[in-house]
Amino acid sequence: MYSDKVMDHFQNPRNVGEIPDADGVGEVGNAVCGDIMRIYLKVNDNRIEDIKFKTFGCGAAIATSSMVTEMVKGKTLEEAMAVTNKAVAEALDGLPPVKMHCSNLAADALHKAIQDYRDRHAG
Amino acid sequence: MQRIYMDHAATTPTDPRVVEAMMPYFTEFFGNPSSIHGFGRAARKALEDARAVIAQELGAEPAGVIITSGGSEADNLAIKGVAAALREKGRHIITSSVEHHAVLDSCKYLEKQGFDVTYLPVDANGRVQVEDVQNALRDETILVTIMHANNEVGTIQPIKEISEVVKARSKALFHTDAVQTVGAIPVHLDELGVDLLSLSAHKFYGPKGVGALIIRKGVRLESLIHGGAQERNRRAGTENLPGVVGMAKALELANAELPEARPRITRLRDHLIQSVLNGFDHVRLNGHPTERLPGNANFSFEYIEGESLLLNLDLQGIAASSGSACTSGSLDPSHVLLAMGLCHATAHGSLRLSLGKGTTEEEVETVLKVLPGIVEKLRAMSPLYDHVRKECLTCTRTK
Repeated sequence: MYSDKVMDHFQNPRNVGEIPDADGVGEVGNAVCGDIMRIYLKVNDNRIEDIKFKTFGCGAAIATSSMVTEMVKGKTLEEAMAVTNKAVAEALDGLPPVKMHCSNLAADALHKAIQDYRDRHAG
Repeated sequence: MQRIYMDHAATTPTDPRVVEAMMPYFTEFFGNPSSIHGFGRAARKALEDARAVIAQELGAEPAGVIITSGGSEADNLAIKGVAAALREKGRHIITSSVEHHAVLDSCKYLEKQGFDVTYLPVDANGRVQVEDVQNALRDETILVTIMHANNEVGTIQPIKEISEVVKARSKALFHTDAVQTVGAIPVHLDELGVDLLSLSAHKFYGPKGVGALIIRKGVRLESLIHGGAQERNRRAGTENLPGVVGMAKALELANAELPEARPRITRLRDHLIQSVLNGFDHVRLNGHPTERLPGNANFSFEYIEGESLLLNLDLQGIAASSGSACTSGSLDPSHVLLAMGLCHATAHGSLRLSLGKGTTEEEVETVLKVLPGIVEKLRAMSPLYDHVRKECLTCTRTK
């Protein structure tokens, strides 16, 4: 039911872990629905210098988390903000329909982490 | 890669002896049992012989064996069929909150038709309390339907005790969904004291697509499928003769081998359960510690999600199942685990390993060797594992 790309990211997730002194952290989901994603950012000169994630969830949740980190590493914050959940799913060659709404939240977590960074550096 | 099947509660491989028994009924004795000619008569004889075997094995009358397409149809026929036949006598039905969806959804359907349904709670081990049944009984209760053993957590219900209360205190009929127990533990209509009992052949090494509803003499029910006089007007349609022959053979074999298989599978199950409980932190056994199906082991690994666990096991050749929402096709995790008082996060992390006739000690050891690495990998990735202990451990509360 999952594409080869999803299974690749699920089996060998990229950028798993935490950044202890992160510049921004974003978390979405909850234990009730079974998916929680947290993204950590290190930002340098408006670019995502490092990014890590931790995810509790199904195969799609883990694969989308991994994919989004790979898509935006080294990108500017504006470029990263433009990445959508749909784009993440497409980069994985699609997700099963039932997963599109519940486990495809990685871009939301990323956007929250960027917002957290911006809030910390506001003014 | 060695492939290990630990999902016998989902389905079992058809026993080669069963396949062999079925084969002549595809090509040689292919007649329609309703036909009057020799082909039909040969088929009719085989059908009735098989029916007699099924009845004999379960302590029923041959006339009380209604062949269906499987367990779900048997449950539907029992519940909707009795409700339709007895709706003038009363419109109250009692069931439990941990039934298979074939029962729960049939009850929900009847609620829409104006019936009143009581869904009894279960304790932390998944057991229905006999006094809850007693308290729920009313003058207008026409049917009590409580499963013999739960398909997810394996808990065996006190059917005999419930039956005694139902019989002593009401005129209600008592149905049990015995899909998980037939062939796995002794099942006998009189010993359980039930009026209707559902079974499904593919759960006990028989073919898929065939099952039966067993009814006691005098039980009235309306047919769900119309269009012929088969099954004494209770289920229209040309009988699945190879399937019925296979079901009878499978039941005969399962019951004959039960005295050997049951203790052997139980020992393997207990070894698996003890090893997991001793070998992991933050793991719990779901279901009753002793009153459970011989082959059922159901765990919750806290801080990880069931589908991820299943996918990783599958990548290592191990087939298992989970009560995770992601494996149920809905957003909610298992209604059984939630009814037992588990919190959502813990329910999402359940793993069911169901052992069967073919399960070996070596296979159990392989699973025990593979599990720690998978659990460790997923926990290392889980944001719950570092700090949400408080949220998750609180749900091991007892009700």
